[in-house]
Amino acid sequence: MSLTRVLPLPTGLPWRTAATTPAQTRAVAAESRRDGSLVRINGLEKIYATKDGQTIHALKDVNLDIGETEFISIVGPSGCGKTTLLKILAGILSRSTGEVTIHGQALSGPSREIGVVFQAPVLLPWRTVLQNVLVPVEVQKRDRTRFEARARDLLAMAGLAGFENKYPNELSGGMQQRVGICRALVHNPSFLLMDEPFGALDAMTRETMNEELQRIWTESRKTVLLVTHSIPEAVYLADRVVVMTPRPGRIVDVIPVDLPRPRTLAMHNTPEFGRFVARIRAHFNSAGTLDT
Amino acid sequence: MSRTALYRFTNTVLLPVATFCVFVGGWEAIVRLAGISKIVLPPPSDIALAFWNGLLAGDFSWHLAVTMYEILAGFVVGALSGLLLGFLVALVPLAERIFYPYIVAFQTVPKVAIAPIIVIWFGYGVTSKIVITATIAFFPLLANTIMGLRATPHDQIEMLVSYTASRWQVFRMVRLKQALPYIFVGLDVAIVLSVIGAIVGEFVGAKAGLGYLILQKNFNFDMAGTFAILIILSLIGVGLHALISAAQRRIVFWIDTGGERVMGA
Repeated sequence: MSLTRVLPLPTGLPWRTAATTPAQTRAVAAESRRDGSLVRINGLEKIYATKDGQTIHALKDVNLDIGETEFISIVGPSGCGKTTLLKILAGILSRSTGEVTIHGQALSGPSREIGVVFQAPVLLPWRTVLQNVLVPVEVQKRDRTRFEARARDLLAMAGLAGFENKYPNELSGGMQQRVGICRALVHNPSFLLMDEPFGALDAMTRETMNEELQRIWTESRKTVLLVTHSIPEAVYLADRVVVMTPRPGRIVDVIPVDLPRPRTLAMHNTPEFGRFVARIRAHFNSAGTLDT
Repeated sequence: MSRTALYRFTNTVLLPVATFCVFVGGWEAIVRLAGISKIVLPPPSDIALAFWNGLLAGDFSWHLAVTMYEILAGFVVGALSGLLLGFLVALVPLAERIFYPYIVAFQTVPKVAIAPIIVIWFGYGVTSKIVITATIAFFPLLANTIMGLRATPHDQIEMLVSYTASRWQVFRMVRLKQALPYIFVGLDVAIVLSVIGAIVGEFVGAKAGLGYLILQKNFNFDMAGTFAILIILSLIGVGLHALISAAQRRIVFWIDTGGERVMGA
């Protein structure tokens, strides 16, 4: 029995049981579409060819509009194509069909409007913290002196003041990931992509990083797309949670989270929070491959 | 002196010096007590004397200069060509298809064995020694450069590309940096092999140099003198290795161990 049938759900929100057909998925996306969309994803598909001649349908008919300054979390079990979707948006993976626009402009390859935070911090060990944060500025040949001041501000905001001239191997894992976040923000992109950025951290550090990320997001007012397989993390941070299922990877539900902001870690224990978590987890009752 | 400083001093200075004293003392004692002929095994005191006298008389300086020139010129020529061909093979797929099978095949040929041919081709002067040394120094650089340029983690390339980096920027900012530790391992192997290359070349046929001098002293049964030259050759090897290591520690400072060791000869 599905949990959603047992739990009383808040009214006034577009609740429904799992939308499973592509048409319904599109309806879900359309319903939560807002004016002033920053990113539009339309009919996106990704088909991989494996070495033994088979094809894998990694993404199937993905439709999503993301508003300015909106925080979107994408949850789904391993193999549901969420990282594939993120890499396509980052412009480092080609798409099979469909289109993506940012600010109305068709996306073709990596964009200066985008900042990416990866699963591992991926810092360059021969560069200091400050030099690592300035990598996008250097690559995009922006005004170094102006952005250095910004990089220092970002590091201070991330609690890393005084670490500017340290090397990555002198930092803890959580600190390295915060450097990675500063690097993704330094060139002032309007769209921040995060691929399970806290997956490698322990639970305590992860919660602290979630709080930090909420604060950074509140202060910088970026549009964020966070890929995660932690449902509580998705709910805690997101304006809307996008639920994906595998084989083929597609969106089965888009759930607006109307918990008041700023959110606190204590909210994890409220019944409202629990209802959102249960609502999402209901989609994976059979799959059962998600974190808590 | 604190306990840890004392411990470190014992480990890095006292123990090696003690080993040296026991070894040299034992050698001297065995030669003298057992009455071994000085032509077979000269005692360390004779070697030290030959070394000292040779230095004072200036016997070594010309030959030392010739051999050093052969080592360094051969090393520079061999290492630079290995480096350049390594870049070509690693970066240009067509070059890889053309050269790589022959590189692999030629790498298995013992380079020392072709030294007589090179002496026939290039004569008894320094040129043939430089060619032999260059041939030997070439492969460690080639193998390590190719390996180093392929060693960049994929996620670092993806990270740079996602920030709109060009191919050239990826090469300059990451691939080159990731190749440096490998290149230094290649340089380190190549410099030590260069000393061997120059000496082997002189053994095959030469008019000057420390290898030539060893042969001469050997013919005259001057074993103490032969050993004295071995000391000079060891010092050259140690000194050149130390120079490369010092440069490595400065330039590839983010690596502790110096990367994987790849032998290319």
